[in-house]
Amino acid sequence: MRFLVLVKSDKEWSGEVPSAEMGAFNARLEKDGVLLAAEGLQPSSKGARIKYENGRAAVTDGPFTETKELVAGFWIVQARSKDELIERFSHCPFDNQHLEVRQLFEAEDFPGTRVGTLSPALDRAG
Amino acid sequence: MTSSESARAIEAVWGIESPRLVAALTRVVRDVGLAEEFAQDAFVSALSQWSSDGIPRNPGAWLMSVAKRRAIDYFRRAQTGEEKMRLVGREMQVDESEETVFDALDEDYIPDDLLRLMFVACHPVLSLEARVALTLRLLGGLSTTEIARAFLTSESTIAQRIVRAKRSLAEAHVPFEIPDAAQRMQRLASVLEVIYLIFNEGYSASSGDDILRPALSEEALRLGRVLAELAPEEAEVHGLVALMELQSSRARARVGPSGEHVLLLEQDRSRWDHLQIRRGLAALARAERLGKPLGPYTLQAAIAASHARARTADETEWARIAALYDALAELYPTAVVKLNRAVAVGMAFGPASGLDLVDALLDEPALKAYHLLPSVRGDMLEKLQRFGEARAEFERAAELAHNARDRELLLARAARCARA
Repeated sequence: MRFLVLVKSDKEWSGEVPSAEMGAFNARLEKDGVLLAAEGLQPSSKGARIKYENGRAAVTDGPFTETKELVAGFWIVQARSKDELIERFSHCPFDNQHLEVRQLFEAEDFPGTRVGTLSPALDRAG
Repeated sequence: MTSSESARAIEAVWGIESPRLVAALTRVVRDVGLAEEFAQDAFVSALSQWSSDGIPRNPGAWLMSVAKRRAIDYFRRAQTGEEKMRLVGREMQVDESEETVFDALDEDYIPDDLLRLMFVACHPVLSLEARVALTLRLLGGLSTTEIARAFLTSESTIAQRIVRAKRSLAEAHVPFEIPDAAQRMQRLASVLEVIYLIFNEGYSASSGDDILRPALSEEALRLGRVLAELAPEEAEVHGLVALMELQSSRARARVGPSGEHVLLLEQDRSRWDHLQIRRGLAALARAERLGKPLGPYTLQAAIAASHARARTADETEWARIAALYDALAELYPTAVVKLNRAVAVGMAFGPASGLDLVDALLDEPALKAYHLLPSVRGDMLEKLQRFGEARAEFERAAELAHNARDRELLLARAARCARA
């Protein structure tokens, strides 16, 4: 299974180089073969919000000053269980920030897709 | 944290830390069975201590220091010099102080240990099924129960298989080392074969626990990525990772709403996992950058990549795919590869060229009960407007198909030919 780990913070990440501890934390995820994606987000002043109402889209440019919880970055990580994911991220070198962990849908979560007898070779045969 | 929560958290630590722990311990005690025992002893201590004190900041180091103490105790109790020799490895001096021997465990984690452990778990003295079980156990940190459930067999069967495998390794005096240049290709091929077999077990859920099976594919992918970090100079490792990423990127699109197989060209490409495709293409590029002749996994990945790059089925570069299948059939002249090659040739150069190649496969014993052979042949005959023959082929394919929905689709095609 895969998890999206959102970094929530009331201050934005200004693009400073991650600490050596964070580098080591990410390196371990990579060495263990579970790191699928990791990105830091630019300040919300460079972003926008789009609100859909009455059939039209209303755009508000950043920064999102009224928000307490800004998303500063994210990981997508493979894990065998939520316990494993939480165990890994409980050693994440963060302070005064919090993470939100959400599980992603997988192919087998959709109806029908749990069945399947195709071998990869046949799949390729087209 | 309740005691069951902390037990689950500690289980999770085992899954994360045990492969490195066992690998590092094996380097010192030279026996995977013994190494695993010490690691498990340390884990049992952790269960009692962490349940009250909480999980330490660096659980891996904690487990390693406890395992090391256990190993030293065991070593001290060993009565004779001869037995000590047996325990710490043949090349080691008996008079060397045991503390010095085990100091090696205090060094930073050595990535080569994991690579050595992979080579040992996939050693050719073991049967393929023993290699698979041992790899999942030692390098995946999976429990016997989990492995048994995934392979739809009893726990005692898997437990015995693992015990026997460890004994065979000890009896054959399999060294804990990275094979030298002369053996490396063959030994690496065995590791790749094991990983790909685990992947396919998860991919083709024809039997077994279908909830754990996708987990097997994920684990295979994880092992492949680990191996790619450990042996970055091996092109076929990246080729295998690319192949697995690209194949599983299509998982969501492979099966239709009523459980029928959706063939590649009919899949809704927007349902492919494009992030995974990107990882697959990156792994393929790493394999190709090494500038060696493409091996079978890299060739298959290159074929999968050609499909992944085509935005629609019509944009598929069939001539390129046919050329890749030519190269693959040179290395790997199996009936299924040849059938796939015939399909690609038919798409690139017209159904008549494809049909010639398919007809050459009609006597292949491996394809006798394979519904795709008459199905592919029917498709080519239909395109050549030889509807009578096409209909007979689709009917034969329907007879051989395992899935009711597939059978229905094939009979519908037969009926369409009958009307033409």
